[in-house]
Amino acid sequence: MLTLLGVAAVVVGFAIRLNPLLVVVIAAFITGLAAGLSPVEVLKAFGKAFNENRFVSAAYLILPVIGVVERAGLQERARTLIGRFKGVSVGPFLIVYLAFRQITSALGLTSIAGHAQSIRPMVAPMAEGAVEARTGPLNAETRQATRAMASATDNIGLFFGEDIFIAIGSILLMVGFLATAGITIDPIHLSIWAIPTAIVAFLIHGGRLLVFDRKLRARAGA
Amino acid sequence: MIKLGAVYVLAGLVFGAFAVLSAMDRNNRKRFGNAAFWALVAASFLAGDYLGDLGNGVLVLALALIAGLGLLGLGEPATTSREERQALAERFGEKLFIPALTLPVVVAFGVLVLKPATIGGAPLLDPKQATLISLALAAVIAVGVGLILLRQPLMSPLQEGRRLMDTVGWAALLPQMLAALGAVFAIAGVGELIGQLVTSYIPMDARLTAVAVYCLGTAGFTMIMGNAFAAFPVMTAGIGLPILIKQFGGDPAVVASIGMLSGFCGTLMTPLAANFNLVPAALLELPDRYAVIKAQIPTALPLLIANVILMYVLAF
Repeated sequence: MLTLLGVAAVVVGFAIRLNPLLVVVIAAFITGLAAGLSPVEVLKAFGKAFNENRFVSAAYLILPVIGVVERAGLQERARTLIGRFKGVSVGPFLIVYLAFRQITSALGLTSIAGHAQSIRPMVAPMAEGAVEARTGPLNAETRQATRAMASATDNIGLFFGEDIFIAIGSILLMVGFLATAGITIDPIHLSIWAIPTAIVAFLIHGGRLLVFDRKLRARAGA
Repeated sequence: MIKLGAVYVLAGLVFGAFAVLSAMDRNNRKRFGNAAFWALVAASFLAGDYLGDLGNGVLVLALALIAGLGLLGLGEPATTSREERQALAERFGEKLFIPALTLPVVVAFGVLVLKPATIGGAPLLDPKQATLISLALAAVIAVGVGLILLRQPLMSPLQEGRRLMDTVGWAALLPQMLAALGAVFAIAGVGELIGQLVTSYIPMDARLTAVAVYCLGTAGFTMIMGNAFAAFPVMTAGIGLPILIKQFGGDPAVVASIGMLSGFCGTLMTPLAANFNLVPAALLELPDRYAVIKAQIPTALPLLIANVILMYVLAF
Protein backbone atom coordinates (compact mmCIF):
# COMPACT_ATOMS: atom_id res chain seq x y z
CA MET A 1 0.00 0.00 0.00
CA LEU A 2 2.89 2.34 0.75
CA THR A 3 3.77 2.46 -2.95
CA LEU A 4 0.59 4.48 -3.51
CA LEU A 5 2.13 7.34 -1.54
CA GLY A 6 3.91 8.33 -4.76
CA VAL A 7 0.56 8.69 -6.51
CA ALA A 8 -0.68 10.80 -3.60
CA ALA A 9 2.45 12.98 -3.90
CA VAL A 10 1.66 13.62 -7.57
CA VAL A 11 -1.94 14.57 -6.83
CA VAL A 12 -1.04 16.89 -3.96
CA GLY A 13 1.97 18.38 -5.76
CA PHE A 14 -0.05 19.26 -8.85
CA ALA A 15 -2.97 20.52 -6.77
CA ILE A 16 -0.85 22.99 -4.80
CA ARG A 17 0.99 23.93 -8.01
CA LEU A 18 4.53 23.07 -7.00
CA ASN A 19 6.90 22.95 -9.96
CA PRO A 20 5.77 19.77 -11.77
CA LEU A 21 9.31 18.63 -12.62
CA LEU A 22 10.15 18.59 -8.91
CA VAL A 23 6.86 16.88 -8.09
CA VAL A 24 7.64 14.11 -10.56
CA VAL A 25 11.13 13.51 -9.18
CA ILE A 26 9.86 13.50 -5.59
CA ALA A 27 7.04 11.10 -6.51
CA ALA A 28 9.54 8.78 -8.21
CA PHE A 29 11.68 8.66 -5.07
CA ILE A 30 8.73 8.09 -2.74
CA THR A 31 7.40 5.29 -4.95
CA GLY A 32 10.77 3.63 -5.45
CA LEU A 33 11.78 3.80 -1.79
CA ALA A 34 8.39 2.45 -0.70
CA ALA A 35 8.89 -0.46 -3.11
CA GLY A 36 12.19 -1.28 -1.43
CA LEU A 37 14.66 0.26 -3.89
CA SER A 38 17.68 2.22 -2.68
CA PRO A 39 17.91 5.93 -3.61
CA VAL A 40 20.63 5.15 -6.15
CA GLU A 41 18.50 2.40 -7.70
CA VAL A 42 15.58 4.83 -8.04
CA LEU A 43 17.83 7.41 -9.68
CA LYS A 44 19.15 4.76 -12.07
CA ALA A 45 15.70 3.48 -13.01
CA PHE A 46 14.45 7.03 -13.50
CA GLY A 47 17.46 8.07 -15.57
CA LYS A 48 17.24 4.98 -17.76
CA ALA A 49 13.55 5.54 -18.50
CA PHE A 50 14.15 9.25 -19.15
CA ASN A 51 16.82 8.38 -21.72
CA GLU A 52 14.60 5.80 -23.40
CA ASN A 53 11.80 8.34 -23.78
CA ARG A 54 13.79 11.08 -25.51
CA PHE A 55 11.62 10.73 -28.61
CA VAL A 56 8.88 12.50 -26.66
CA SER A 57 10.91 15.73 -26.61
CA ALA A 58 12.38 15.43 -30.11
CA ALA A 59 9.15 16.87 -31.52
CA TYR A 60 10.24 20.37 -30.43
CA LEU A 61 12.37 20.39 -33.58
CA ILE A 62 9.43 22.03 -35.32
CA LEU A 63 9.61 25.17 -33.15
CA PRO A 64 12.31 26.94 -35.23
CA VAL A 65 10.19 27.09 -38.40
CA ILE A 66 7.13 28.17 -36.42
CA GLY A 67 9.22 30.96 -34.92
CA VAL A 68 10.43 32.05 -38.36
CA VAL A 69 6.95 32.36 -39.83
CA GLU A 70 5.73 34.18 -36.72
CA ARG A 71 8.63 36.61 -37.09
CA ALA A 72 7.45 37.28 -40.64
CA GLY A 73 3.86 37.92 -39.51
CA LEU A 74 1.94 34.64 -39.94
CA GLN A 75 -0.22 35.12 -36.83
CA GLU A 76 -1.22 38.62 -37.98
CA ARG A 77 -1.97 37.32 -41.46
CA ALA A 78 -4.07 34.44 -40.14
CA ARG A 79 -6.04 36.88 -38.01
CA THR A 80 -6.83 39.32 -40.84
CA LEU A 81 -7.50 36.56 -43.35
CA ILE A 82 -10.36 35.11 -41.32
CA GLY A 83 -11.74 38.61 -40.68
CA ARG A 84 -12.25 39.02 -44.40
CA PHE A 85 -14.74 36.16 -44.47
CA LYS A 86 -17.49 37.99 -42.62
CA GLY A 87 -19.70 34.94 -42.51
CA VAL A 88 -17.20 32.77 -40.61
CA SER A 89 -17.90 32.63 -36.92
CA VAL A 90 -15.63 30.99 -34.35
CA GLY A 91 -17.96 28.07 -33.58
CA PRO A 92 -18.36 26.73 -37.12
CA PHE A 93 -14.68 27.49 -37.83
CA LEU A 94 -13.51 25.27 -34.97
CA ILE A 95 -16.10 22.63 -35.89
CA VAL A 96 -14.53 22.40 -39.35
CA TYR A 97 -11.10 22.07 -37.73
CA LEU A 98 -12.46 19.36 -35.41
CA ALA A 99 -13.78 17.38 -38.38
CA PHE A 100 -10.50 17.87 -40.27
CA ARG A 101 -8.48 16.64 -37.28
CA GLN A 102 -10.73 13.63 -36.68
CA ILE A 103 -10.76 12.55 -40.32
CA THR A 104 -7.03 12.96 -40.95
CA SER A 105 -6.22 11.18 -37.67
CA ALA A 106 -8.53 8.35 -38.69
CA LEU A 107 -6.38 8.04 -41.83
CA GLY A 108 -3.26 7.70 -39.70
CA LEU A 109 -2.06 11.27 -40.28
CA THR A 110 -1.90 12.18 -36.60
CA SER A 111 1.24 14.31 -36.87
CA ILE A 112 0.19 16.66 -39.64
CA ALA A 113 -1.35 19.06 -37.13
CA GLY A 114 -0.85 19.87 -33.49
CA HIS A 115 -0.48 22.60 -30.87
CA ALA A 116 2.93 23.86 -32.00
CA GLN A 117 2.56 23.50 -35.75
CA SER A 118 -1.05 24.50 -36.31
CA ILE A 119 -2.82 25.84 -33.20
CA ARG A 120 -0.32 28.50 -32.13
CA PRO A 121 0.64 29.89 -35.54
CA MET A 122 -2.67 29.54 -37.43
CA VAL A 123 -5.77 28.08 -35.81
CA ALA A 124 -5.76 30.12 -32.58
CA PRO A 125 -5.09 33.45 -34.36
CA MET A 126 -7.82 32.61 -36.89
CA ALA A 127 -10.25 31.75 -34.09
CA GLU A 128 -9.38 35.02 -32.36
CA GLY A 129 -9.76 36.86 -35.65
CA ALA A 130 -13.18 35.32 -36.19
CA VAL A 131 -14.33 36.53 -32.78
CA GLU A 132 -12.79 39.95 -33.35
CA ALA A 133 -14.49 40.40 -36.71
CA ARG A 134 -17.88 40.04 -35.05
CA THR A 135 -17.43 41.58 -31.64
CA GLY A 136 -14.51 44.00 -31.90
CA PRO A 137 -11.20 43.89 -30.00
CA LEU A 138 -10.91 41.04 -27.51
CA ASN A 139 -10.34 41.43 -23.80
CA ALA A 140 -7.75 39.17 -22.15
CA GLU A 141 -10.34 36.78 -20.76
CA THR A 142 -12.04 36.16 -24.11
CA ARG A 143 -8.71 35.82 -25.88
CA GLN A 144 -7.54 33.17 -23.42
CA ALA A 145 -10.83 31.29 -23.52
CA THR A 146 -10.68 31.22 -27.34
CA ARG A 147 -7.11 29.94 -27.36
CA ALA A 148 -7.85 27.26 -24.76
CA MET A 149 -10.87 26.14 -26.78
CA ALA A 150 -8.74 25.90 -29.93
CA SER A 151 -6.24 23.65 -28.15
CA ALA A 152 -8.98 21.55 -26.60
CA THR A 153 -10.50 21.06 -30.06
CA ASP A 154 -7.18 19.78 -31.39
CA ASN A 155 -6.86 17.21 -28.59
CA ILE A 156 -10.43 16.01 -28.92
CA GLY A 157 -10.16 15.69 -32.69
CA LEU A 158 -6.92 13.73 -32.36
CA PHE A 159 -8.02 11.38 -29.57
CA PHE A 160 -11.36 10.49 -31.10
CA GLY A 161 -10.04 10.08 -34.61
CA GLU A 162 -6.78 8.18 -34.24
CA ASP A 163 -8.35 5.01 -32.86
CA ILE A 164 -10.19 4.50 -36.15
CA PHE A 165 -6.82 3.97 -37.86
CA ILE A 166 -5.87 0.30 -37.64
CA ALA A 167 -2.11 0.70 -37.24
CA ILE A 168 -2.11 3.22 -34.38
CA GLY A 169 -0.30 2.39 -31.12
CA SER A 170 -3.40 1.96 -28.99
CA ILE A 171 -4.94 -0.56 -31.39
CA LEU A 172 -1.72 -2.56 -31.49
CA LEU A 173 -1.64 -2.52 -27.70
CA MET A 174 -5.20 -3.87 -27.53
CA VAL A 175 -4.52 -6.59 -30.10
CA GLY A 176 -1.39 -7.67 -28.23
CA PHE A 177 -3.09 -7.59 -24.85
CA LEU A 178 -6.08 -9.63 -25.99
CA ALA A 179 -3.75 -12.10 -27.74
CA THR A 180 -1.94 -12.85 -24.48
CA ALA A 181 -5.36 -13.56 -22.96
CA GLY A 182 -6.06 -16.07 -25.74
CA ILE A 183 -8.45 -13.85 -27.71
CA THR A 184 -7.48 -13.37 -31.35
CA ILE A 185 -8.99 -10.23 -32.81
CA ASP A 186 -8.65 -8.48 -36.15
CA PRO A 187 -7.52 -4.84 -35.67
CA ILE A 188 -10.22 -3.70 -38.08
CA HIS A 189 -12.92 -4.69 -35.56
CA LEU A 190 -11.34 -2.51 -32.90
CA SER A 191 -11.21 0.35 -35.41
CA ILE A 192 -14.85 -0.02 -36.35
CA TRP A 193 -16.01 0.07 -32.75
CA ALA A 194 -14.14 3.33 -32.24
CA ILE A 195 -16.49 5.01 -34.72
CA PRO A 196 -19.59 5.37 -32.49
CA THR A 197 -17.59 7.20 -29.81
CA ALA A 198 -15.95 9.36 -32.49
CA ILE A 199 -19.37 10.45 -33.74
CA VAL A 200 -20.64 11.21 -30.24
CA ALA A 201 -17.45 13.14 -29.50
CA PHE A 202 -18.02 15.25 -32.61
CA LEU A 203 -21.62 15.95 -31.63
CA ILE A 204 -20.84 16.83 -28.01
CA HIS A 205 -17.84 19.02 -28.71
CA GLY A 206 -19.41 20.55 -31.82
CA GLY A 207 -22.45 21.47 -29.74
CA ARG A 208 -20.23 23.03 -27.11
CA LEU A 209 -18.44 25.08 -29.76
CA LEU A 210 -21.77 26.50 -30.94
CA VAL A 211 -22.73 27.36 -27.38
CA PHE A 212 -19.30 28.94 -26.84
CA ASP A 213 -19.81 31.04 -29.96
CA ARG A 214 -23.25 32.21 -28.88
CA LYS A 215 -22.00 33.06 -25.40
CA LEU A 216 -19.20 35.24 -26.78
CA ARG A 217 -21.68 37.08 -29.00
CA ALA A 218 -24.14 37.55 -26.17
CA ARG A 219 -21.37 38.92 -23.97
CA ALA A 220 -20.33 41.37 -26.68
CA GLY A 221 -23.90 42.45 -27.32
CA ALA A 222 -24.62 43.08 -23.65
CA MET B 1 18.23 3.32 -43.09
CA ILE B 2 17.53 6.59 -41.34
CA LYS B 3 17.10 5.88 -37.64
CA LEU B 4 15.99 7.86 -34.64
CA GLY B 5 19.64 8.45 -33.74
CA ALA B 6 19.93 10.97 -36.55
CA VAL B 7 16.95 12.88 -35.18
CA TYR B 8 18.55 12.89 -31.72
CA VAL B 9 21.80 14.33 -33.07
CA LEU B 10 19.86 17.09 -34.82
CA ALA B 11 17.82 17.80 -31.67
CA GLY B 12 21.01 17.82 -29.60
CA LEU B 13 22.63 20.38 -31.90
CA VAL B 14 19.53 22.60 -31.93
CA PHE B 15 19.20 22.55 -28.13
CA GLY B 16 22.95 23.16 -27.89
CA ALA B 17 22.49 26.28 -30.01
CA PHE B 18 19.59 27.37 -27.77
CA ALA B 19 21.94 27.02 -24.78
CA VAL B 20 24.73 29.09 -26.34
CA LEU B 21 22.34 31.80 -27.52
CA SER B 22 20.68 31.86 -24.09
CA ALA B 23 24.03 32.40 -22.40
CA MET B 24 24.68 35.41 -24.64
CA ASP B 25 21.23 36.97 -24.10
CA ARG B 26 21.81 39.95 -21.81
CA ASN B 27 18.11 40.81 -21.81
CA ASN B 28 17.41 37.71 -19.74
CA ARG B 29 18.30 38.18 -16.09
CA LYS B 30 18.36 34.42 -15.60
CA ARG B 31 20.25 33.68 -18.82
CA PHE B 32 22.63 31.17 -17.25
CA GLY B 33 19.73 29.18 -15.84
CA ASN B 34 18.24 28.86 -19.32
CA ALA B 35 21.66 28.09 -20.80
CA ALA B 36 22.28 25.29 -18.29
CA PHE B 37 18.79 23.85 -18.74
CA TRP B 38 18.96 23.64 -22.54
CA ALA B 39 22.59 22.47 -22.40
CA LEU B 40 21.52 19.52 -20.26
CA VAL B 41 18.78 18.67 -22.75
CA ALA B 42 21.37 18.88 -25.55
CA ALA B 43 23.68 16.58 -23.60
CA SER B 44 20.85 14.11 -23.13
CA PHE B 45 20.16 13.98 -26.87
CA LEU B 46 23.81 13.83 -27.94
CA ALA B 47 25.30 11.64 -25.22
CA GLY B 48 22.40 10.04 -23.35
CA ASP B 49 23.38 6.55 -24.43
CA TYR B 50 26.92 6.99 -23.07
CA LEU B 51 26.05 8.58 -19.73
CA GLY B 52 24.88 5.38 -18.06
CA ASP B 53 21.69 5.05 -16.02
CA LEU B 54 23.09 6.90 -13.03
CA GLY B 55 24.48 9.68 -15.21
CA ASN B 56 21.08 10.15 -16.82
CA GLY B 57 19.47 10.11 -13.38
CA VAL B 58 21.75 12.90 -12.19
CA LEU B 59 21.01 14.84 -15.38
CA VAL B 60 17.26 14.62 -14.75
CA LEU B 61 17.76 15.65 -11.15
CA ALA B 62 19.69 18.72 -12.30
CA LEU B 63 16.92 19.65 -14.76
CA ALA B 64 14.29 19.36 -12.03
CA LEU B 65 16.35 21.47 -9.64
CA ILE B 66 16.95 24.25 -12.17
CA ALA B 67 13.19 24.36 -12.85
CA GLY B 68 12.13 23.90 -9.23
CA LEU B 69 14.41 26.64 -7.89
CA GLY B 70 12.98 29.10 -10.41
CA LEU B 71 16.23 29.60 -12.30
CA LEU B 72 14.54 29.72 -15.72
CA GLY B 73 13.80 33.10 -17.28
CA LEU B 74 12.44 34.23 -20.62
CA GLY B 75 14.93 34.85 -23.39
CA GLU B 76 14.41 37.98 -25.47
CA PRO B 77 16.06 37.55 -28.83
CA ALA B 78 15.84 40.57 -31.12
CA THR B 79 12.69 40.02 -33.17
CA THR B 80 10.18 41.96 -35.23
CA SER B 81 7.75 44.30 -33.46
CA ARG B 82 3.99 43.98 -33.70
CA GLU B 83 3.83 46.82 -36.23
CA GLU B 84 6.59 45.32 -38.35
CA ARG B 85 4.77 41.99 -38.33
CA GLN B 86 1.57 43.66 -39.42
CA ALA B 87 3.45 45.28 -42.32
CA LEU B 88 5.22 42.04 -43.22
CA ALA B 89 1.89 40.22 -43.13
CA GLU B 90 0.51 42.72 -45.67
CA ARG B 91 3.57 42.36 -47.88
CA PHE B 92 3.89 38.57 -47.88
CA GLY B 93 0.16 37.77 -47.87
CA GLU B 94 -0.82 34.14 -48.26
CA LYS B 95 2.83 33.23 -48.95
CA LEU B 96 3.23 33.16 -45.17
CA PHE B 97 1.22 29.97 -44.92
CA ILE B 98 3.54 28.03 -47.23
CA PRO B 99 6.33 27.16 -44.74
CA ALA B 100 3.80 26.21 -42.06
CA LEU B 101 1.87 24.05 -44.51
CA THR B 102 5.11 22.47 -45.73
CA LEU B 103 5.16 20.65 -42.39
CA PRO B 104 1.99 18.58 -42.84
CA VAL B 105 2.73 17.95 -46.52
CA VAL B 106 6.21 16.54 -45.82
CA VAL B 107 4.96 14.55 -42.80
CA ALA B 108 2.18 13.04 -44.90
CA PHE B 109 4.69 12.30 -47.68
CA GLY B 110 6.99 10.63 -45.12
CA VAL B 111 4.26 8.50 -43.59
CA LEU B 112 2.54 7.54 -46.85
CA VAL B 113 5.48 7.31 -49.31
CA LEU B 114 8.84 7.13 -47.53
CA LYS B 115 7.74 4.78 -44.75
CA PRO B 116 6.88 1.88 -47.09
CA ALA B 117 9.90 2.63 -49.33
CA THR B 118 12.92 0.32 -49.30
CA ILE B 119 16.47 0.66 -50.59
CA GLY B 120 18.15 -2.64 -51.46
CA GLY B 121 15.61 -4.53 -49.36
CA ALA B 122 16.13 -2.42 -46.22
CA PRO B 123 13.51 0.14 -45.24
CA LEU B 124 14.49 3.76 -45.90
CA LEU B 125 13.15 4.95 -42.52
CA ASP B 126 13.16 2.97 -39.29
CA PRO B 127 9.56 1.69 -39.49
CA LYS B 128 8.91 2.04 -35.76
CA GLN B 129 9.82 5.71 -35.73
CA ALA B 130 8.86 6.75 -39.26
CA THR B 131 6.47 9.47 -38.08
CA LEU B 132 8.98 11.21 -35.86
CA ILE B 133 11.71 10.96 -38.51
CA SER B 134 9.27 12.44 -41.04
CA LEU B 135 8.48 15.25 -38.61
CA ALA B 136 12.17 16.08 -38.19
CA LEU B 137 12.67 15.98 -41.94
CA ALA B 138 9.65 18.24 -42.40
CA ALA B 139 11.02 20.68 -39.82
CA VAL B 140 14.34 21.00 -41.67
CA ILE B 141 12.72 21.41 -45.09
CA ALA B 142 10.19 23.93 -43.78
CA VAL B 143 12.96 26.03 -42.20
CA GLY B 144 14.69 26.15 -45.59
CA VAL B 145 11.47 27.12 -47.35
CA GLY B 146 10.77 29.79 -44.73
CA LEU B 147 14.24 31.33 -44.92
CA ILE B 148 14.25 31.55 -48.71
CA LEU B 149 10.64 32.45 -49.35
CA LEU B 150 10.34 35.03 -46.58
CA ARG B 151 13.98 36.22 -46.73
CA GLN B 152 14.51 35.89 -42.98
CA PRO B 153 17.93 36.20 -41.29
CA LEU B 154 19.99 33.01 -41.20
CA MET B 155 20.03 32.94 -37.41
CA SER B 156 16.29 33.48 -37.09
CA PRO B 157 15.30 29.78 -36.87
CA LEU B 158 17.56 29.30 -33.86
CA GLN B 159 16.73 32.63 -32.22
CA GLU B 160 12.98 32.35 -32.81
CA GLY B 161 13.05 28.67 -31.86
CA ARG B 162 14.74 29.64 -28.61
CA ARG B 163 12.09 32.29 -27.97
CA LEU B 164 9.31 29.69 -28.32
CA MET B 165 11.26 27.10 -26.33
CA ASP B 166 11.65 29.58 -23.46
CA THR B 167 7.90 30.29 -23.68
CA VAL B 168 7.21 26.61 -23.08
CA GLY B 169 10.01 26.50 -20.49
CA TRP B 170 10.20 23.64 -17.99
CA ALA B 171 6.85 22.29 -19.22
CA ALA B 172 8.71 21.11 -22.33
CA LEU B 173 10.46 18.38 -20.35
CA LEU B 174 7.44 17.34 -18.30
CA PRO B 175 6.04 14.75 -20.77
CA GLN B 176 9.36 12.93 -20.90
CA MET B 177 9.73 13.10 -17.11
CA LEU B 178 6.22 11.71 -16.63
CA ALA B 179 7.03 8.83 -18.98
CA ALA B 180 10.02 8.07 -16.76
CA LEU B 181 7.82 8.26 -13.66
CA GLY B 182 5.51 5.74 -15.33
CA ALA B 183 8.47 3.36 -15.57
CA VAL B 184 9.16 3.72 -11.84
CA PHE B 185 5.45 3.14 -11.13
CA ALA B 186 5.67 -0.04 -13.22
CA ILE B 187 8.69 -1.31 -11.27
CA ALA B 188 6.89 -0.68 -8.00
CA GLY B 189 3.69 -2.37 -9.24
CA VAL B 190 1.49 0.69 -8.66
CA GLY B 191 -0.87 -0.22 -11.49
CA GLU B 192 -1.60 -3.76 -10.32
CA LEU B 193 -2.18 -2.49 -6.79
CA ILE B 194 -4.77 0.08 -7.89
CA GLY B 195 -6.39 -2.54 -10.14
CA GLN B 196 -6.72 -4.91 -7.18
CA LEU B 197 -8.20 -2.20 -5.00
CA VAL B 198 -10.84 -1.34 -7.58
CA THR B 199 -11.81 -4.93 -8.33
CA SER B 200 -11.88 -6.22 -4.76
CA TYR B 201 -13.92 -3.44 -3.17
CA ILE B 202 -16.59 -2.72 -5.75
CA PRO B 203 -19.34 -5.29 -6.24
CA MET B 204 -20.01 -5.99 -9.91
CA ASP B 205 -22.87 -8.48 -10.07
CA ALA B 206 -24.96 -6.31 -12.35
CA ARG B 207 -23.86 -5.86 -15.96
CA LEU B 208 -24.44 -2.11 -16.00
CA THR B 209 -22.44 -1.61 -12.80
CA ALA B 210 -19.57 -3.64 -14.24
CA VAL B 211 -19.59 -1.64 -17.48
CA ALA B 212 -19.68 1.63 -15.54
CA VAL B 213 -16.87 0.59 -13.19
CA TYR B 214 -14.72 -0.51 -16.13
CA CYS B 215 -15.21 2.71 -18.15
CA LEU B 216 -15.05 5.15 -15.25
CA GLY B 217 -12.20 3.17 -13.68
CA THR B 218 -10.13 3.26 -16.86
CA ALA B 219 -10.70 7.01 -17.14
CA GLY B 220 -9.87 7.62 -13.47
CA PHE B 221 -6.83 5.41 -13.58
CA THR B 222 -5.66 7.20 -16.74
CA MET B 223 -5.92 10.49 -14.87
CA ILE B 224 -3.62 9.12 -12.16
CA MET B 225 -1.09 7.60 -14.56
CA GLY B 226 -1.37 10.34 -17.20
CA ASN B 227 -1.64 7.74 -19.94
CA ALA B 228 -4.42 5.47 -21.14
CA PHE B 229 -1.84 2.93 -22.29
CA ALA B 230 -0.85 2.35 -18.66
CA ALA B 231 -4.42 2.13 -17.41
CA PHE B 232 -5.91 -0.07 -20.12
CA PRO B 233 -4.01 -3.33 -19.45
CA VAL B 234 -4.58 -3.13 -15.70
CA MET B 235 -8.30 -2.37 -15.86
CA THR B 236 -8.94 -4.82 -18.67
CA ALA B 237 -7.12 -7.61 -16.85
CA GLY B 238 -9.04 -6.77 -13.67
CA ILE B 239 -12.55 -6.12 -14.97
CA GLY B 240 -12.87 -6.09 -18.75
CA LEU B 241 -11.62 -9.59 -19.40
CA PRO B 242 -12.83 -11.67 -16.41
CA ILE B 243 -16.17 -9.94 -15.84
CA LEU B 244 -17.38 -8.16 -18.99
CA ILE B 245 -16.04 -10.61 -21.58
CA LYS B 246 -15.91 -13.96 -19.77
CA GLN B 247 -18.73 -13.69 -17.23
CA PHE B 248 -21.24 -11.55 -19.13
CA GLY B 249 -20.17 -12.62 -22.64
CA GLY B 250 -19.39 -9.17 -24.02
CA ASP B 251 -17.90 -8.72 -27.49
CA PRO B 252 -14.13 -8.31 -26.88
CA ALA B 253 -13.69 -5.81 -29.74
CA VAL B 254 -16.38 -3.48 -28.38
CA VAL B 255 -15.24 -3.80 -24.76
CA ALA B 256 -11.57 -3.15 -25.58
CA SER B 257 -12.16 -0.35 -28.07
CA ILE B 258 -14.62 1.65 -25.99
CA GLY B 259 -12.59 0.87 -22.86
CA MET B 260 -9.55 2.50 -24.43
CA LEU B 261 -11.61 5.51 -25.54
CA SER B 262 -12.89 5.89 -21.98
CA GLY B 263 -9.24 6.11 -21.00
CA PHE B 264 -8.82 8.90 -23.57
CA CYS B 265 -11.61 10.82 -21.79
CA GLY B 266 -9.43 10.62 -18.69
CA THR B 267 -6.44 11.90 -20.67
CA LEU B 268 -8.41 15.07 -21.43
CA MET B 269 -8.88 15.77 -17.74
CA THR B 270 -5.43 15.31 -16.21
CA PRO B 271 -2.37 17.56 -15.92
CA LEU B 272 -0.28 14.39 -16.05
CA ALA B 273 -0.94 14.16 -19.78
CA ALA B 274 1.35 17.15 -20.00
CA ASN B 275 2.10 17.17 -23.72
CA PHE B 276 -1.61 17.45 -24.54
CA ASN B 277 -2.76 19.62 -21.67
CA LEU B 278 0.03 21.69 -20.08
CA VAL B 279 2.47 22.26 -22.97
CA PRO B 280 -0.26 23.87 -25.15
CA ALA B 281 -1.25 26.19 -22.30
CA ALA B 282 2.39 27.32 -22.11
CA LEU B 283 2.69 27.58 -25.91
CA LEU B 284 -0.42 29.76 -26.10
CA GLU B 285 0.84 31.89 -23.22
CA LEU B 286 -2.21 31.22 -21.05
CA PRO B 287 -1.71 32.43 -17.47
CA ASP B 288 -3.75 29.54 -16.05
CA ARG B 289 -1.72 26.38 -16.68
CA TYR B 290 -4.90 24.30 -16.36
CA ALA B 291 -6.93 26.40 -18.84
CA VAL B 292 -6.90 23.74 -21.60
CA ILE B 293 -7.99 21.00 -19.18
CA LYS B 294 -10.83 23.22 -17.96
CA ALA B 295 -11.94 23.71 -21.57
CA GLN B 296 -11.93 19.93 -22.10
CA ILE B 297 -13.75 18.64 -19.02
CA PRO B 298 -17.26 19.62 -20.19
CA THR B 299 -16.68 17.50 -23.32
CA ALA B 300 -14.86 14.65 -21.60
CA LEU B 301 -17.43 13.96 -18.87
CA PRO B 302 -20.56 13.60 -21.05
CA LEU B 303 -18.49 11.60 -23.54
CA LEU B 304 -17.43 9.24 -20.77
CA ILE B 305 -21.06 8.66 -19.83
CA ALA B 306 -21.86 8.15 -23.51
CA ASN B 307 -19.13 5.49 -23.61
CA VAL B 308 -20.75 3.61 -20.73
CA ILE B 309 -24.06 3.62 -22.58
CA LEU B 310 -22.47 2.68 -25.92
CA MET B 311 -20.61 -0.24 -24.40
CA TYR B 312 -23.70 -1.43 -22.53
CA VAL B 313 -25.78 -1.35 -25.69
CA LEU B 314 -23.23 -2.53 -28.27
CA ALA B 315 -21.19 -5.16 -26.44
CA PHE B 316 -24.00 -7.48 -25.34
